[in-house]
Amino acid sequence: MPLSPITPAEQTPAPAAPRTLRLPFDPLLLLAVIGLGICSVITLGAGPADPSSGTPPSYYSSRQTVYLAVGLVMMGVLSRIDYGVLRRYRNGIYALLMFSILAVLGLGSAARGSQRAINFPLFSFQASELGKVLLTVALSALVVDRARELRARDTTIRVMIAALVPALFVIAQPDLGSGMVYMAIAYMLLFVAGTSWRHLVALAALVSVSAAFVLVAAPAAGVHVLKPYQVQRLTAFLHPSSNPQKEGYQQQESKIAIGSGQKTGRGLNSNQTSGGFVPESHTDFIFAAVGERYGFVGAGIVLLLYALLISRALRVLVMAKDLFGSLIAAGVAAMLMFQVFVNVGMTIGIMPITGVTLPLMSYGGSSVITTMLAVGLLQSIYVQARATAALKGRVPRF
Amino acid sequence: MSSIEPVKRRTPNLPVSPGLAMRVTIVGMVALALFSVIFFRLWYLQVLSGEQYVQQANANRVRDLPIPAPRGEILDREGQAIVTSKTTNAVQVIPSALPPAGAPRKALYRKLGRLLGMSAPHIQAIVIRERSAVPYAPVTIKTDAGKGVLTVLAERQNEYPGVVQQPVSIRSYPYGEMAAQVIGHVDEVNEDELKTKAFRGVTAGTVVGQEGLEYYYDRYLRGKPGVERVEVNAEGLPVPANLPPTQPAGGRSLKLTLDLGLQKEAEKALLEGMERARAGGKPAPAGAFVAMDPRNGQILAIGSQPGFDPNKFAKPLTHAEFNRLEGSGSAPGKLTDRAVNGAYPTGSTFKPITAMAALEGGVITPGEGLGAGTCIHVGAQEFCNSGHADFGSVGLVEALKVSSDTYFFEVGERANADGSVIQRKAEELGIGKPTGIDLPSEFTGVVPDKRWREKENKLELACEKQRHVSNCGIVEEPTGVWTVGDNMHLAVGQGELLTDPLQMAVAYSTLANAYSSGDGTGTVVTPHLGMEIDESSGGELQSLSYPPARHVHLDPTDLSLVMQGIHEAASQPGGTSAEVWAGWNQTAHPVFGKTGTAQHAGREDQSWYMAYVGDPNHPIVIAVTVEEGGFGAETAAPIARLIASKWYGVKGKFIAGSSKTL
Repeated sequence: MPLSPITPAEQTPAPAAPRTLRLPFDPLLLLAVIGLGICSVITLGAGPADPSSGTPPSYYSSRQTVYLAVGLVMMGVLSRIDYGVLRRYRNGIYALLMFSILAVLGLGSAARGSQRAINFPLFSFQASELGKVLLTVALSALVVDRARELRARDTTIRVMIAALVPALFVIAQPDLGSGMVYMAIAYMLLFVAGTSWRHLVALAALVSVSAAFVLVAAPAAGVHVLKPYQVQRLTAFLHPSSNPQKEGYQQQESKIAIGSGQKTGRGLNSNQTSGGFVPESHTDFIFAAVGERYGFVGAGIVLLLYALLISRALRVLVMAKDLFGSLIAAGVAAMLMFQVFVNVGMTIGIMPITGVTLPLMSYGGSSVITTMLAVGLLQSIYVQARATAALKGRVPRF
Repeated sequence: MSSIEPVKRRTPNLPVSPGLAMRVTIVGMVALALFSVIFFRLWYLQVLSGEQYVQQANANRVRDLPIPAPRGEILDREGQAIVTSKTTNAVQVIPSALPPAGAPRKALYRKLGRLLGMSAPHIQAIVIRERSAVPYAPVTIKTDAGKGVLTVLAERQNEYPGVVQQPVSIRSYPYGEMAAQVIGHVDEVNEDELKTKAFRGVTAGTVVGQEGLEYYYDRYLRGKPGVERVEVNAEGLPVPANLPPTQPAGGRSLKLTLDLGLQKEAEKALLEGMERARAGGKPAPAGAFVAMDPRNGQILAIGSQPGFDPNKFAKPLTHAEFNRLEGSGSAPGKLTDRAVNGAYPTGSTFKPITAMAALEGGVITPGEGLGAGTCIHVGAQEFCNSGHADFGSVGLVEALKVSSDTYFFEVGERANADGSVIQRKAEELGIGKPTGIDLPSEFTGVVPDKRWREKENKLELACEKQRHVSNCGIVEEPTGVWTVGDNMHLAVGQGELLTDPLQMAVAYSTLANAYSSGDGTGTVVTPHLGMEIDESSGGELQSLSYPPARHVHLDPTDLSLVMQGIHEAASQPGGTSAEVWAGWNQTAHPVFGKTGTAQHAGREDQSWYMAYVGDPNHPIVIAVTVEEGGFGAETAAPIARLIASKWYGVKGKFIAGSSKTL
């Protein structure tokens, strides 16, 4: 439902402004972000040399620190900008999203058999990561544009198609995880915006049917929508011990890593992740490293920080001054929730392996900066909401 | 402007519609539920089952890699090394460090293959096989790549990712072909062997003996591999860890009864004899010899030609090479040890056995003259002396001396009436049953008689019936019966008699032992090559004991006549091998020797010679045979003389005898 109309700023004086603007950002959001950043740097720094390349752990931790610092600066900058202006550039943002994804497909370099990044001289850029934020903004603007026809089937279809097109290109890169994040964002936007329950249920059913089709029916008919390794990874978690040397291997080893961490972790004895038994233990499987090295306590702290982050995102969602802000916050919350649950679930063997990063924890500039930008948007929404509330004389709670 | 009234706090104080609130609540609930699931799962994994995962993690990290134990040396009776181990740089592949499977790895295999002269699929097959045998261990591709190849690999290491050089110990046979079939060779234990009793407790990847003495004494020679406990990462690459290795226990040395000097000389003599036979127009493709101490069965020298270089087995053998070694059709197999696995009729070297049997069995009396004329007629069959010689009617001693076939044909004819007189004596002396030599395989031998013929016929008929074929090849004509002719052939070492030089050496040793004992007690020795296991690497010196198979009693008088006959044959004018021993000191080293010429249908005769040199301190029994080498006196006997010369330290002389007896 549309929010209650906002009173123009000129009409209301702002006597409370100096008091309420003492903190120009959400301190808890910042706390969660910095906390996760520290956890990431500690985990990466305590990690082993990458067994395949011999890269020392300091390489990862120091670079991750730089990414986090750059991300924090960008977050700070974004928090000072009124996110409302982004609505004006919605078409440009969507065009940028499509362009960057297609550019990766067109001239991206092959990284481990996948084309997900464009290599620049100093860094490689994963368009699909940044795309999560771009898509959130663009879709939010699209929904706001159609605020009066939110329950129309047309709106639902448009939003889903607007997400599906980039998602399919991303999946073709192939980056199945990011594609799924796109769809999760779109679904969340529709859900929060107030799309009819019938549409939502129908969409969920459609997803189930198409998943069954892609994973079971199509391969049986000889059509491979996903690459075989993707199908195997997606289904391996259902029968992990059937082929512990292959697709089930990563998850089995990851479970052993986390389980062996017990309550307080194995510290220096952590051979599962440091010995490379858990692959990608500095990126996708970093949670396994946390679980093994710091045990239930360490994993719990990280999860609590995510809980804080997500709860703040939902908080920002409800306190946003307008629908656009709420939807952006909803998109960011969807992105964070999906990635955290799918990634952590993957490492503990209750979710398929999809190649989704753990926001802020996983090593990688694209992921870190994307998440920081997303949090920056949340901060901006928060700041605008407080400013508006102050203008209205409200004293918003944190 | 008027002062602004403080806004009354409202609940909710945010512009949130009830619908949005509800939906956000749902999202929050979902998030909470998911967090709960994750927490419970973590609790289950880390707290409830943590113990079990710790064990799994620990098992993941420590791998046991075998440290090969240096294999024990094989020494001659004086302690001179016959087989050693040498260190060489092997080209190895670390599977985990190879380029990714598929095209890049195939390209590396091709490149490496070109360098090593191997095919890419072959390299791939080795890697796959070894990797499954001993996971995480480097795979040896080639052990003796040669300096050039190693230099190339060292200089262009980056072009060969995952390929390394590693010093490895390989078996070295410095004397090459010498006694190759007896010594055998080594190779990595294969899957089937691991299941056998002989290799119980052997771990995959261990190098074990495959043939000959290397196989027979493997449990002493192989030692016990050590265990390197390495902490490995998932790539199988060792990571630094301080785990104490279990040092390998080196194999123990095996001291043989062989006399290296005699062995070398005997090999040379056999080759020379074969060479000369070839020069004389005989094919002489193969031959064998055994020299044994008759008193205890210690084999002093043993050999078989054609031979092979066991060093070839130290590196992987190609199929074609192996087939060449195995021999096929007319090409004689090089891997067969003809001294213990030959299956030959013996020709006249069998006559002393016949004589002994006939005398003791009362078939003949020593002075009785037999064998007059050039031929013996039995029914429609004619049995003749070689070259239709006529030795006249001779007594036993003379018959042995000149090797009169007609004499022994008559003996065979008579003996047949008394049943298996000759056969029993032959078996008593050591023919026709395994000698018990310390080698993985030996020929059983056949001493044919009536019962044997019937049994063979039965086997053939049963086989034909079972396989529905017209002939199984056991017997050509299963309805054939044992005839007097068969026994006559046996009496001169022909017909269906099949034995090998080793059994003949045992039989002659029995005669020699009975003769030298004075009272006719003959020891049937167990021939053997192993003397003792050295005390090296901590073990105690262990003598290998091969007690005699049994003792037989021979009538001393009869025996002395037989011995006199074969002594005269080797020493008196007119004796079949007297010329061969011309100039030999018969007083110091009296020779009791018998020539033999085994006839084969459609082939050149097989030359045989059996000698016992009755030196009281260093007696020796020598058996020599050369396939398609002609008469016994012409090829085998001179070889035996060369061997004996070496044994007694006198100058060797190759004198071909002219005797044309069989």
